[in-house]
Amino acid sequence: MNPKTNSQQAPVLGAEAIALLERLSNAVAVSGDEGEVRAIVLEQVKPHADEVKVDALGNVLVTRKAKTKDALRIMLAAHMDEIGFMLVDEEEGGLYRFATVGGIDVRQLVGKPVWVGKQHQAGIIGARPIHLTKRDEREHSIPLDQLRIDLGLNGKAKVGDRATFATTFRQSGPSLVGKALDNRFGVATLIELLKQAPQNVDLLLAFTVQEEVGLRGVRVAAYAFAPDAAIAVDSTPAADLPMWDGSENSKFNCRLDGGPAIYVADSGTLSDPRLIRHLSQTGDELGIPYQFRQPGGGGTDAGAIHKTRSGVPSISVSVPGRYAHSAVLIGRLADWQNTFNLLHAGISRMNRVLFEQPR
Amino acid sequence: MTDLSAFLKELLSLPGLSGYEGPVREVIARTWQPLVDELSTSRLGCLHGLRRGSGSEPRPRILLSAHMDAIGLMVTQIQDGFLRFTEIGGVDPRILPGQQVTVHGRREIPGVVVQPPERLLPPGHGDQPVAMEYLFVDTGLLPEEVQQLVRTGDLISFATLPLELSGETLAGHSLDNRASVAAVTACLDELANTRHAWDVWAVASVQEEETLGGAITSPFDIRPDIAVAIDVTFAKGPGVSDYRGAPLGKGPTLGWGPNIHPALYKAFKELADQLDIPNSMETMPHMSGTDAMGLQIVAEGIPTMVISIPLRYMHTPVELIAMKDVTRVGHLMAEYIARLEPDFIDHIRWDD
Repeated sequence: MNPKTNSQQAPVLGAEAIALLERLSNAVAVSGDEGEVRAIVLEQVKPHADEVKVDALGNVLVTRKAKTKDALRIMLAAHMDEIGFMLVDEEEGGLYRFATVGGIDVRQLVGKPVWVGKQHQAGIIGARPIHLTKRDEREHSIPLDQLRIDLGLNGKAKVGDRATFATTFRQSGPSLVGKALDNRFGVATLIELLKQAPQNVDLLLAFTVQEEVGLRGVRVAAYAFAPDAAIAVDSTPAADLPMWDGSENSKFNCRLDGGPAIYVADSGTLSDPRLIRHLSQTGDELGIPYQFRQPGGGGTDAGAIHKTRSGVPSISVSVPGRYAHSAVLIGRLADWQNTFNLLHAGISRMNRVLFEQPR
Repeated sequence: MTDLSAFLKELLSLPGLSGYEGPVREVIARTWQPLVDELSTSRLGCLHGLRRGSGSEPRPRILLSAHMDAIGLMVTQIQDGFLRFTEIGGVDPRILPGQQVTVHGRREIPGVVVQPPERLLPPGHGDQPVAMEYLFVDTGLLPEEVQQLVRTGDLISFATLPLELSGETLAGHSLDNRASVAAVTACLDELANTRHAWDVWAVASVQEEETLGGAITSPFDIRPDIAVAIDVTFAKGPGVSDYRGAPLGKGPTLGWGPNIHPALYKAFKELADQLDIPNSMETMPHMSGTDAMGLQIVAEGIPTMVISIPLRYMHTPVELIAMKDVTRVGHLMAEYIARLEPDFIDHIRWDD
């Protein structure tokens, strides 16, 4: 461990970076309607990029050339979209039926304020009063078709409008708290990496769309970039809570304060072992904390990237976050910082030799 | 004149769970101060505001009771920095996952109610609701800090901020029953410019959601001739489609049932119709579920009435009311009080 080296190489994610994360977290970008986050990304990347393009699906593709010749083409992908809702039917008096977009537990919807449409119009999702429910009714979850978004008497929105949880970002002690930190953590990380771009590789940043509904954006982004290797930067659930019966929690996936979660295997990708080795060695040598995400389940943009063209060596690195796909996520500033440090150092140390060894 | 909407939004931003109504009482007292002749706090914490009437002594007295306490949660255990909790008042655990709350520890700490992932719960849970005993509050603080700041028995209140929605509606937690506190305030506002013979005792009562402790004690000292409980009732909307719901924004309901003296129902009904205040009867065949249950049986017994403001999504952090209904209730009560003759009490009879 060599903290000195670490502190020399790692720019600090300070107040400005947190303010950017806050803007990104408060923005609404339900899969298929990522415009609000895309606008922030474009504004942030333009001063630092050699090339910026918005492609046919709405991905933002950013290139920053290396200062050296014959540089590796390294792609980083972070999805801009978040889970949410779409209004699907209008009923009398300001009430709307809605469908969920992305993987949402219907049990998380009840009793929440929401933002509807591009203007973030205020609405609520209510529930039947407890006084009118019977015991056996309370033993069953309230199904989606009984829930409505209520805009108030004669409130107006349009069928087709998107909506999401109305959660305003805040800091709480060591924690960063907000909605959609899956994956605004990743989006903010890529923007910060561009601002402090390593000079040894062509940095290819894909701010992708529609990850939550099936890795659609990244598929075409990876095709367009044709990278030598890729890292999906995302947020993965930290299920590091006590077990119901007090027994040891052996299914935590990853833990807060454990540093970036390096993926070995998830349901869509077997990470490239050379990249696993490279990142973990980087962490070990520079004293950057990291953890291996417990293998199995889940998935990231890497699931589509590694099968692009004739194949792309790929891996995922995630900022641990509690309560993904709910109204409120909790992550740690220290984990975000260490994710940034590991990626920055890892990319800075990449060269062709790394990929000359067989997988 | 009180800015009713601003006042109500301030009330909705305050804690004040049953038994711990201090923070909300303070703000109500400040607002009532210029509208009453005397302010006092009862031994259980009810706020009593007296507005003297113009009649000769001894003057008859009417008591208006709106409970100011709110439902919420209470810490039962601290486990690895996570808080286990129980309920104060009736809370359906299905409304809890993902709610933002404030933990009232050695300082106020924001937190979130969390539903642990399925794999950390008893097997076979599936997508069924998670019982309150398995939910946590996560403050985002490190376990050592939580240990220092939080103790068993600390209160947890909902932190959802009040929201103005379309059609002059307002959403928030504890509109049950602070909407009625606002209605009583509107009544006091109107009485400030109105001659009334009777003494008016405005009461912001405590512990309605748990024990009715306020309603059953405040009238003992005040000894009113008439008591009116002002509360909220179910509004029609998602989850409420049958006769138990009154339309939102279409006027108050007037209670009818064993908690209510029929002569009072009749008087309020006639007056509301005369004033063109839209209203409907709320049948309460067994009990009213309001302060009226306490008020009615204090000392020798008190003729009691219930007036309610329709509200959607009761006992969730996004209760919804129409401001118009709040002002209608205030107006109806002020008009009623202004018309009370010194001998009205003689007309409250069982004429069977």
